[in-house]
Amino acid sequence: MDDIVLETRGLTKRYGGVHALEDADFILRKGEHVAVVGDNGAGKSTFVRQITAVEQKSAGQILLDGREVNFAGPLEAREAGIETVFQTLALADDLDVPSNLFLGRELFRFRLGPFSILDRKQMRERTLEALKTTAVKIPNVDNPIRNMSGGQRQCVAIARTAAFASKLVIMDEPTAALGVQETAQVENIIRGLKDRGVPLILISHNLRQVFDLVDRIVVFRRGRIVASLRKDETDGNDIVSYITGVKGVAEVA
Amino acid sequence: MTEASHGLGGLKYDPRKKERPQELNVFLALVLIVVVFELIGRVFMGDSFLFNTRDNVDTLFNNQRLSIIILQVSIVGIIALGVTQVIITGGIDLSSGSIVGVTAMVAMSFAQTAMVNGNPNPKAIFGEGLMDLPVLVPLLVGLVCGLVAGFINGALIAYTRIPPFIATLGMMVTARGAAKWWSKGNPISFPTEQYSAIGQGMNPVLIFVALALLFHCVMTYTRYGKHCYAIGSNEAAARMSGINVNAHKVLVYTIAGTLAALAAVVLSSKNLTAQAGMGVMYELDAIAMAVIGGISLSGGRGSILGTVLGALIFGVIISGFTFLKLDAYYQEMVKGIIIVAAVVLDQWRQRSRVRG
Repeated sequence: MDDIVLETRGLTKRYGGVHALEDADFILRKGEHVAVVGDNGAGKSTFVRQITAVEQKSAGQILLDGREVNFAGPLEAREAGIETVFQTLALADDLDVPSNLFLGRELFRFRLGPFSILDRKQMRERTLEALKTTAVKIPNVDNPIRNMSGGQRQCVAIARTAAFASKLVIMDEPTAALGVQETAQVENIIRGLKDRGVPLILISHNLRQVFDLVDRIVVFRRGRIVASLRKDETDGNDIVSYITGVKGVAEVA
Repeated sequence: MTEASHGLGGLKYDPRKKERPQELNVFLALVLIVVVFELIGRVFMGDSFLFNTRDNVDTLFNNQRLSIIILQVSIVGIIALGVTQVIITGGIDLSSGSIVGVTAMVAMSFAQTAMVNGNPNPKAIFGEGLMDLPVLVPLLVGLVCGLVAGFINGALIAYTRIPPFIATLGMMVTARGAAKWWSKGNPISFPTEQYSAIGQGMNPVLIFVALALLFHCVMTYTRYGKHCYAIGSNEAAARMSGINVNAHKVLVYTIAGTLAALAAVVLSSKNLTAQAGMGVMYELDAIAMAVIGGISLSGGRGSILGTVLGALIFGVIISGFTFLKLDAYYQEMVKGIIIVAAVVLDQWRQRSRVRG
């Protein structure tokens, strides 16, 4: 089908004898927001690490826009339009907001290998634009992010993701370390992504958040996808029984 | 919920509060130290530290003292410029003093003059060959020495993942050994006129200032500089963002090694001789200049300007002690105390920032 952004077929990852991920068949459609839930060690993060090529898959296929892709590393995945907010913040505390947004993909005024001259003005302008479209409020983008609150830093990380993602956004527990207000702020940004039609894979432990934000919920258990349910066809108890293994393998959409 | 408890662990963030640049603090410290020496001089010695007091010279300041201050720190200052970049990436370089030693020996060997006062050079290391070479030869050979040593440092650190402390400690001992082995411990003297011109007069200062300007621009305006700060700030994030951290580290240590080699050329040219013991403890002086200048040993923070100011503080203190006619022993003791104090200050600063 045409509207499938990302598809995995039989995606498998083994660490030595441990089967962290087995035969994961997964589909993400245009503009769709999907949550990935499951107990600790169920394979959620492993699944994401295969897609973003932080690790190399043991077997299976990954298709982006219907074409099979084999990324050699996270940078290639990023260049293909897959942006990730990692569980641990991938930010440099001593740099200001524009430098963090453009970390590893700086804009240049003059190319000279490692000594290329940065185009600081343009990076700053595009940062302000990106913050505007993601509705992130940062008081002074020229300060190092060291002094910002956890929520603001997470917002910078998400703004970076959202600003550059052309295909899809992956968030690994984006609100795990945040307070109530900040969580609300991050959730608002996620809703903004939905409005802009940017597809999202959200890993979360917070079922309230999951039901609030996404269209579909995929449950992982012991390295396998055990359920893929539309939000309006299920409820919290149902999901929990899949997570804990009370319910077995369901129809996978 | 009160405003103060908003955010992670009660972090507060005031957008209007623009941070006072670290360099300003260092500059104020420099001014303070000069004022203290001036006051002590006026009260106890009846002389001025900063101003001219002699009648036969018509200048406002004591230019002689000022030029000595900057001249004596400029050679180690060149090393400190490289060490600064290494520390900003979160590393350390203990090998620069020894690189100075071995580079001075090798460079001087290729700078031999054939005739000394009308007689054949008695100490020529290569016998009668390789005399009176153009100055470019010893200069390039010297720089390549430092470049190779720095490259080995960087490659070890980046690809074997051993701590920079250990890698450069190994280089420190090895390079010093190589310096002694080169001429079996004998000093090498009698350079060509061209070579001895490099470090004469205020040339070391000019070289230091020019390099400081160059690397200030490199650290501020280029990708190289940005990535130095990014790696020192959060190496994992830098990796995830697609920065080639390993290649960058190799480059940083290579530049540091090459700068140490350049310092060696200037030093041996200035002294008209090279000895295996040249540059002992220079690595620590260079690190001290950086640390005094506000370069954080945990990486990610500091600037070339800070190191230049740190070097000036270093020079003022040494010169001030001479001015007060205190023994050299006191200089060393105080130097040690200042280094520790600078690091303690840095730690406090970091902690107070986290508390907001």
